[in-house]
Amino acid sequence: MPYTPHTAEDIREMLDVLGLETVDDLFRSLPAAVRPPAGLDLPPSLSEEEVWRVMSNLAALNAGQDELVSFLGGGVYDAAIPAAVDAVVSRSEFLTAYTPYQPEVSQGTLQVIYEWQTFVTRLTGLPVANASMYDGSTALVEGVRMALGRTGRDAVVLPAALNPRHRRVLETNLASEGVTILTAPAAAAGTTDPAALRALLDGRVGAVVIQNPNHLGLIEPVDALAAAARDAGALVVASVNPVSLSLLKTPAEYGAAVATGEAQPFGVPCGWGGPLLGFLSCSDELKRLIPGRVVGRTVDHDGREGYVLTLQTREQHIRREKATSNICSNQGLNMARGTVYLALLGAEGLRELGEANRVRCEALRAILRGIAGVELPFDGPVFNEFVVRLPRPAREFRAFAREQGLLAGIPLDGFAGCGPGDLLVAVTERRTADEIERYGSALRDFLEP
Amino acid sequence: MSHERQGATPARWGADLQTSLFAKGRAGRRATTMPAWRGDDVDTALPAGALRAAPADLPSLSELEVLRHYTLLSNLNHHIERGLYPLGSCTMKYNPRLNEKVAALSGFASLHPEQDEADLQGLLCALKLLQDALCEITGFAACSLQPAAGAHGEYLGMQVIRARHLDRGESGRTEVLIPDSAHGTNPASVVLTGMKPRTLKSGPDGRLDLDALRAAVGPQTAGIMITNPNTLGLFESDIVEVARIVHAAGGLLYMDGANLNAILGKAKPALMGFDVVHLNLHKTFSTPHGGGGPGAGPICVTEELARFLPAPVIREDGGVYRLDACAGECRPSVHAYLGNTGVCLRALTYILRLGGDGLTRVSERAVLNANYLRKRLEGLLTVEHADGTLHEFIATGADWKERFGVRTLDVAKRMLDYGIHAPTIYFPLIVDEAIMIEPTETESKETLDRFVEVVAAIRAEAERDPDLLRSAPHTTPVSRLDEAAAARRPDLSWLGPCNCG
Repeated sequence: MPYTPHTAEDIREMLDVLGLETVDDLFRSLPAAVRPPAGLDLPPSLSEEEVWRVMSNLAALNAGQDELVSFLGGGVYDAAIPAAVDAVVSRSEFLTAYTPYQPEVSQGTLQVIYEWQTFVTRLTGLPVANASMYDGSTALVEGVRMALGRTGRDAVVLPAALNPRHRRVLETNLASEGVTILTAPAAAAGTTDPAALRALLDGRVGAVVIQNPNHLGLIEPVDALAAAARDAGALVVASVNPVSLSLLKTPAEYGAAVATGEAQPFGVPCGWGGPLLGFLSCSDELKRLIPGRVVGRTVDHDGREGYVLTLQTREQHIRREKATSNICSNQGLNMARGTVYLALLGAEGLRELGEANRVRCEALRAILRGIAGVELPFDGPVFNEFVVRLPRPAREFRAFAREQGLLAGIPLDGFAGCGPGDLLVAVTERRTADEIERYGSALRDFLEP
Repeated sequence: MSHERQGATPARWGADLQTSLFAKGRAGRRATTMPAWRGDDVDTALPAGALRAAPADLPSLSELEVLRHYTLLSNLNHHIERGLYPLGSCTMKYNPRLNEKVAALSGFASLHPEQDEADLQGLLCALKLLQDALCEITGFAACSLQPAAGAHGEYLGMQVIRARHLDRGESGRTEVLIPDSAHGTNPASVVLTGMKPRTLKSGPDGRLDLDALRAAVGPQTAGIMITNPNTLGLFESDIVEVARIVHAAGGLLYMDGANLNAILGKAKPALMGFDVVHLNLHKTFSTPHGGGGPGAGPICVTEELARFLPAPVIREDGGVYRLDACAGECRPSVHAYLGNTGVCLRALTYILRLGGDGLTRVSERAVLNANYLRKRLEGLLTVEHADGTLHEFIATGADWKERFGVRTLDVAKRMLDYGIHAPTIYFPLIVDEAIMIEPTETESKETLDRFVEVVAAIRAEAERDPDLLRSAPHTTPVSRLDEAAAARRPDLSWLGPCNCG
């Protein structure tokens, strides 16, 4: 049988040592009532080749972003993955290691985590980061918890143009903790209205979430929003696309206490939305409230530099019911992907990545502006994503474009005042000028058959 | 300090620690280039107020420099393909390479979560196959693949239980009973759902104490969380009676499936009377631990609870798969999308490879290995609650401490010198100087025999020269690290050479 080394002789010898007749004698403590009478009703074992055939046939029934030209975003982006990233994370030394509880034999994993923490702090400007969260949504939940824990308040303000999938996860989590959720409305420009935010803030609000760019792709008036929060004694919890931090103002620069986000574009396949790579960083004052694993640098007994899991007294395995989070394992290997990815990019590569996203995004916006009947309803600055308003249902265009091998965007009907014609369109560094031109042609053909 | 040890000094292979990435490279060097842009440049500079003041300060390295850095770092890790990893409760079995090859298929890995069902038919079929297989293995009716880890599954499971009570107007059910042998995630997960954990003391045999349970249940009881087999490796033989007591009091039963590797094909959580179970795909179903994730913690539930699982729900109709958004229903969501799909595909690959009989053999051999090892260690280590242990067992280092003056930590550190990863130590909390050993089914008899020899050798060392253990490990890239200093003066990101020494 696959993956186990036992020969019939091994089993006989081992049972003899135990003084047992059969392997089933080892299961005597299981009462008859809990035992399935006929074992498991699953197909019989297959050879590796047969399993490969089944699974690769299933994969072939899908059409992904290698086959189709993707303009989908909304938190997960079709970003290029350098071959060296896959090479490093497929090493058994990283792939099959456990959480680094024995630091003497885990310095590789520990140093990678420390480097990831360093990368995150350099992107966000905040001095402390952890070893990753499940995804951007759960990172945001934990960030809000930290801010409420620090301020001792029980209400949070979310922006109307917050990623709706993240909002749902926040609602599930915060409602059962008795947290009041308020919503700051979007102004006509599609960004959060600072005056409306001020009007919502009272002594109960401990956390103000800013998503930048927001779910309409727009760059928020972060300074004005953060100032409003500060004046009311609330902490800012930022949710950011980390690729945009190549160019955009850092959460630290606008005074966020916590910065979170989804780092999937840093070397992690889209994978239908998982496994992803949530990140979380915070100010020094909040470091003892940070959830999950944190690695610190120290020395060994011989004075050599080394790394350990630290600040563990925050964590569930020590604090149990008094822990502020229940997170145990995180996204370790995807964090290693992110670390290698950023090491490959370097300072110049990161800046070029940001520019490449922005230039392509602006090129598509320019093309769409020139198509009769098509509107770009929000004229504020964007990074790599924007809303286009069509005179006909966006879902119909999505289906039309799919016929031509294009994934045209995410329909926004019902979201933050958007209508049936509104589509969220993302453009990454993978898109070529030709593909962007094809998008424009497809839309023209759709509107003027 | 390592960054100063980069000079022309000869060193044994692996003896040199790695210089920080942030001390390497040189401005202007590079590993990546962006695809050329052949389109028009549209002049739309971002407003200055939106921009960061200075570029992010990242090191600049060549591709080979990056690969060398991480290859040398990787050499500092213990891992499954290097040697035995007998961490109790972690199920460190072999991670088949086929799983990795399948998950990397472009037809899976390149899918965007906002694509239409028509582009996802193979994926949805695969996920439905996995859900059905997990339901068959656990005996339940419905499955959610959304939780990204075991603790995440616990959290969702508690949300489901809470939602069901609220749906029946029983908002007073807020107390969840948890045995004192439980993982720390259990009480932490309960608290986060707004409920209250209450600790149940284990009986003298290490199992649940029925009298304590009867005394604890009442109209406040939301449910009970039980790891079965428990963290001592023991099956809760009274589980059917436990379920009767809890259900009679109006509560529900949650099973922490961390130890499912012991009972595949041998017992089903649904037959035990549980209402919800989470499975750790990264334990029982062979997906890699990755240095701390990503794992996956799907939950399976009874028919009654199916309507409280996250949406969308995968449905199949005449060979066509669709995602049902369950419009109008109020369902929880704990992840932006439907969880760690890539991990789920690895688990399905494993299940197909082994088949139903193969999975049953997995548990038989995991339990055989653990029992053989326990028996062979008799006379060397004292095993607590030895009667009826399944896939793992708990030894205590208390007598070594008394006789030789070495702690469990010292024994664990010395094992590292023999190329074996230390077992789980100081857990469960109810055993003094606990050493928790789980060999898994993928280890051979020879490897187990060698482990016994190693324990015997360490015992002889403890008798002869306890300082050798107290100062261990001696052959690893670093010796024991100053954890107290790390916590006292946290140095959590690289700001320059270490001044921690």
